[in-house]
Amino acid sequence: MTGSSRASRIALGVFTALLMLFLFFPIVIIMLYAFNPSNIQSWPLPGLSTRWFSPTWHNAEMRHALWLSVRAGLFSTAIAMVLGSMAAFAVHRFRFFGREAISFLIVLPIALPGIITGMALNSFISFGGVEFGLLTIIVGHATFCIVTVYNNVLARLRRTPSSLVEASMDLGADGLTTFRYVTLPMIATALVAGGLLAFALSFDEIVVTTFTAGAQSTLPIWIFGNIRLGQQLPQVNVVVLFVILLSLIPVALAQRLTRDTGVLRQAAAPAAAVP
Amino acid sequence: MASSIAASRTPRARVSAALFRRPWLRAVLLLSAPGAWFVLIYLAALALLFVSALWKVDPLSGKLIHSWTLQNFEELVNEPVYRTIALRTIGIAAAATLTDVLLAVPFAFFAVRVASKRMQGVLFVAVLIPLWSSYLVRVFAWRLILAKNGILNSFLGGLGLGSVNIGYSNTAMWIVFSYIWLPFMILPVWSSLERVPDSLIEASADLGARGWRTFRTVIFPLILPGIAAGSIFTFALTLGDFITPTLVGGAGSTMIGNVVYSNVGIANNVPFAAAFAVVPLIVMGLYLLLARRLGAFEAL
Repeated sequence: MTGSSRASRIALGVFTALLMLFLFFPIVIIMLYAFNPSNIQSWPLPGLSTRWFSPTWHNAEMRHALWLSVRAGLFSTAIAMVLGSMAAFAVHRFRFFGREAISFLIVLPIALPGIITGMALNSFISFGGVEFGLLTIIVGHATFCIVTVYNNVLARLRRTPSSLVEASMDLGADGLTTFRYVTLPMIATALVAGGLLAFALSFDEIVVTTFTAGAQSTLPIWIFGNIRLGQQLPQVNVVVLFVILLSLIPVALAQRLTRDTGVLRQAAAPAAAVP
Repeated sequence: MASSIAASRTPRARVSAALFRRPWLRAVLLLSAPGAWFVLIYLAALALLFVSALWKVDPLSGKLIHSWTLQNFEELVNEPVYRTIALRTIGIAAAATLTDVLLAVPFAFFAVRVASKRMQGVLFVAVLIPLWSSYLVRVFAWRLILAKNGILNSFLGGLGLGSVNIGYSNTAMWIVFSYIWLPFMILPVWSSLERVPDSLIEASADLGARGWRTFRTVIFPLILPGIAAGSIFTFALTLGDFITPTLVGGAGSTMIGNVVYSNVGIANNVPFAAAFAVVPLIVMGLYLLLARRLGAFEAL
């Protein structure tokens, strides 16, 4: 490249290598702890074993938390997919006053510190007299998940020519038919990618969830509670290994589905990863 | 013409044609559901947060008293401990943000301007992976690393350097916050660096500026909006966190998030929690104004 000497390029390369080490070291270490045969969490590990995998899988509390997380994730993803794409269509097709305000409002639940969104929903739920539980968790998650779908669908819509829709209408198709045969196939992968990211986001979230779950435990709350009290740590380590793998699969798929728009690269996309 | 055709068709086609001719109606219909969700749930909740910050709890019965009072805010201002906690939170957020800038800029510079195309792809995925792996899990990893009998001390002991006691301290919080939010800084800096044209750097070199001078006077001002955009995330996320202080902080590491968390849970004083949650909201509001001046919103 221009403007930098060989020495500074080498220095930058070494720095980058060290930073990579810094980024990945904790992730590799925590995955190794899942194979720790001892129930004392110290380094070096006395060996490697899968002896905690089976008791973890049969842990009733863990299963309950996992099932709650899966349900919350699926329902909030479904809501986010519907509301997020509706908003994306409205913003894409029509110029109107307050268009920017809508984008801003949709990003707000994750751009604001988690305790603000969490506290706000908490006051709202208790004021409304609604019982805390699956429903309130879903409402909270859907609110901050909408942005991933919105961003993905909007990015795709911006890259597809509106002439296709016009052609379909000219050929006599009504709005619904055009949506079914022209628009939906165009946005399908972006919609799915947004949904996958929404699920990953919901599955990992803990701060807002703490304030909206009441006495219920999602998987992250179960993990957090056990770490704090120092209970069942070997099983927590096993769950953690699977949580890492489970949260990366949807993201890897989403990345493949949206190569064209590269929406995962936008700065607004990392916002979607906010806990 | 569209109307004459539509008139002869099925009701469905007529509705469709009517909508086609009235784009504003379509926009209104499309926005109705997401709009209702955000206004009736989210904005209403935020408004209620402000309102409930002005309520109080009866100390005897634990019931909410719906009468207006500034008592919560008076307590926040007058109790030195809350001032300390607020300042500590803002201080750690600033420290983590600054650290992330110092780490992200050289990294992104290498990725964009030195690395080959293939290497660039690898580095990009390498930033995405920690970004999307569970945040709680990564904090937990550091708790194990920094613990007294963790890897760090085992490693230092192996080198004969003795051991350090930074687990459960503000130092640990600073390391962990910097680590956790680093990808949020790297990505916007990366994309703002990509937009710096090569010709400007060549021109600077032609005019005799060395690498450092070019960076300081040409590149840095151009990537400042990206840095500001990243700092919104690193700063806001730290302000509202209670997981990291709980898991890796020590006795003197209480942050705003912890106070809010314990007041909603154990202490059951939701109005006070709401009042303290307004503090990061105000800080973020001021910070967003500053970031906007630096052009952060164009870099998002």
